[in-house]
Amino acid sequence: MKMDVRPPILGADRLSVEIGRHSVCRELDFTLQPGDTLVILGRNGAGKSTLLHTLAGLREPLSGAVLLSGQPYSAWPRGHEACLRGLLAQSQPDFFSATVLETALVGRHPYLGRWDWESPADEAIALEALAQMGLEGFAERQVPTLSGGERQRLAIAALLVQQPRLYLLDEPLSHLDLHHEIAVLEHFRGLAASGSGVAMVLHDINLAARYASHVLLLDGEGGHVFGPARTVLTVERLSAAFGHPLRAVMDGETSLFVPV
Amino acid sequence: MASTQPAIPLTPHRRSHRRARLVLAGLVLAALAAFTWSLSAGALPVSGADLLNAITGGAGGMETDIVRTLRLPRATAAFACGGLLALAGALMQVLLRNPLADPYVLGISGGAAVGALGAILAGAASGWIDAGAFVGALGATLLVFGLAHGDGSWTQTRLLLTGVIVAAGCGAAVALMLSLAPEGRVKGMLFWLMGDASSVSQPWPALVLLLMGLVIALPFARELNLLARGEITARALGVRVGRLRALVYGLGALLTAVAVTTVGSVGFVGLIVPHLVRLAIGNDQRLLLPAATLAGGVLLCAADTAARTVVAPIQLPVGVLTALIGVPVFLFLLARHPR
Repeated sequence: MKMDVRPPILGADRLSVEIGRHSVCRELDFTLQPGDTLVILGRNGAGKSTLLHTLAGLREPLSGAVLLSGQPYSAWPRGHEACLRGLLAQSQPDFFSATVLETALVGRHPYLGRWDWESPADEAIALEALAQMGLEGFAERQVPTLSGGERQRLAIAALLVQQPRLYLLDEPLSHLDLHHEIAVLEHFRGLAASGSGVAMVLHDINLAARYASHVLLLDGEGGHVFGPARTVLTVERLSAAFGHPLRAVMDGETSLFVPV
Repeated sequence: MASTQPAIPLTPHRRSHRRARLVLAGLVLAALAAFTWSLSAGALPVSGADLLNAITGGAGGMETDIVRTLRLPRATAAFACGGLLALAGALMQVLLRNPLADPYVLGISGGAAVGALGAILAGAASGWIDAGAFVGALGATLLVFGLAHGDGSWTQTRLLLTGVIVAAGCGAAVALMLSLAPEGRVKGMLFWLMGDASSVSQPWPALVLLLMGLVIALPFARELNLLARGEITARALGVRVGRLRALVYGLGALLTAVAVTTVGSVGFVGLIVPHLVRLAIGNDQRLLLPAATLAGGVLLCAADTAARTVVAPIQLPVGVLTALIGVPVFLFLLARHPR
């Protein structure tokens, strides 16, 4: 049998991140292989978004390195990194109106030359992504007429249009109803199963337990725990990290975490 | 090419692009119409045959002279400056991600006014007034940039606030100069402040800069689309945001400075024209920038012609007319547009 010799999709090498004077993580080491889903958990202000932006190469770490498919961001040709990793930002401000289709097509930017226009093929990719996010028939709608949940799904669709290998998601479930929460998580599970890597910030511990292969738990003071979801998600660790006591309730094979 | 193949259906995106191309073609025709009107209308009406003769360089009488030495430079200056202001306005609105932004919001016109009025107050010749305006505009630009950029952060709010405060300071200086000025010079100052194309000597720098501005801005138009959607998203998609912002700021400031130097601080064109065009063709900068440039040129060229003909022999300052035309048209479109 032959081993997979491709480098991991994402790696952190003795990564330390600070925001202001607040330490987010110190000497963080992990790798994300194709098929892995990493969920980052931590209390408000622990620096989850900051860490995600650092992993996306948008922010310099204090020390250490982020490796995208085996290389630091600076080693990739300029603009090429956008074909490899995509980031779902926490908020999508819209100051000017645009149609849903135009917004989704934004994800094709890394693939287009300076003078290129989106081709019918690009448009087909965008329409397919919109359909995957339950937005078929919305193509000509103006974005300001959408609800919060619809906008969130549009932002996810734009990310899918980008077709990266690594998906970095900052609170992908915000504004989504229960049905769409699960639909979005199932979609990214499917992408991971077909060889992508997914790293996301979530707030729902039980959804994290259900969908994560690995969990990174930030304690808010620079400490962290990284490992397979099963070993990291324990009542003691979660209670300490969130500063609120939890207990585990067994539901058949799985345990659910409930605040006390 | 693709549009002739029936195999590819006309998707929504393609349909909106076709509409935008129609709007662009319509604007080119409108520009020709505005030029024709501007060259033929006036105290001495010029016939179509004489006009053609004058433009193609044939020998002719007084009509030819008037068209070539008076009306053509003036129409060109008005068109070019309208285009400069509209292009600069569209760029500033994306840069500051604020629909209320216009070319003057960062204090450029205020600085130019201080420079120009200072020169008028000192009794300088018109060449020095232009120089004063240009130096004032660039001075205000650098001041705002330096103050807002001082700590390396680049927030829109900070830039906007700095610009507004510098503009307010310039406004105070202008008011001071107006109150100190001898009566004979106040009217010239007021015309300069309202925008006036009657004393333009050299329209070509503005026209050349307009073309250069478009050539520089258009390759970055798709990146500007991303910038309008937020900095993080733009950077994640590979846009070098810092470099792009510096480019847009510098270009917008230069375009505005040259426009203000040429025709004074004509209001409303830079604010209203980009919005008008946006209502018609959407917010894709690749189409918006050239369309706004053309529309701004048409508006200012037509407004300037009206300014010198409607109550002839009195000449109105063109800035008054752009406001009188632009404000009701804009309010009408805004009220009609379903949002």
